[in-house]
Amino acid sequence: MDRRRFLAGTATITLLPFASAWATPESMAAAIRRIVGAAAVRRGRVTLDLPPLIENGNTVPLVVSVESPMTAADHIKAIHVFNEKNPQPNVFSARLGPRNGRAVVGTRIKLGDSQTIVAIAETSSGEFWSAGADVIVTLAACLEEAS
Amino acid sequence: MANVLINAPKTAKRGEVIEIKALILHPMETGFRPGTNGSIIARNIIERFTATWNGDEIFRIDLSPAIAANPFVSFFAVATDSGTVGLRWSGDEGFQVEESIAITVE
Repeated sequence: MDRRRFLAGTATITLLPFASAWATPESMAAAIRRIVGAAAVRRGRVTLDLPPLIENGNTVPLVVSVESPMTAADHIKAIHVFNEKNPQPNVFSARLGPRNGRAVVGTRIKLGDSQTIVAIAETSSGEFWSAGADVIVTLAACLEEAS
Repeated sequence: MANVLINAPKTAKRGEVIEIKALILHPMETGFRPGTNGSIIARNIIERFTATWNGDEIFRIDLSPAIAANPFVSFFAVATDSGTVGLRWSGDEGFQVEESIAITVE
């Protein structure tokens, strides 16, 4: 065995145990499927507002706003946010209704790595609209307890 | 007892859309981090935040470990009538906090 193949082999061995423990684009897609079912998800109407370059992944401000009249007949029922590379794909699921007046939800999230964040809004008529945002994280949400 | 910060207008015009912001002191421990002794720290998060207006639920959000420590949530509400807005946080380890604010609608 030459040196190059040996190094490639050890790299695979060390990476494998961790790969399965974290959310992946596939597990995010699966989490989205669990929410939307067989319905089509269209791009648009949703605005996902978060900084493109994040120095500290521990608290990242995020605001999701959706264009909607928010009337009893036509409103946003739910807003879901997903991530690709945190340990779990779900970030939050909010339930809204006409009493909200505006379909806007803000919070602060943790990010473990540079990745794509996806927000999906469900309308009262059962349509799904989405938006995605790429973020670069320079300092990941802390993985160890501060000593 | 609970360390909660709530920011909302005290008065509003009928039909006005107001923003309500709420922050609560909580570690939001993910359950994925090893502690200083090397073993995983047990998960301890707030799972749900709900808001009611005079008893009717107007907003609910299910949180995950991906929400930052000391969870902050902001949302909007239509000022329908005077009364109280109740905010409730519940989560792991029997965590349960309720706060309410009074809003006068003219």
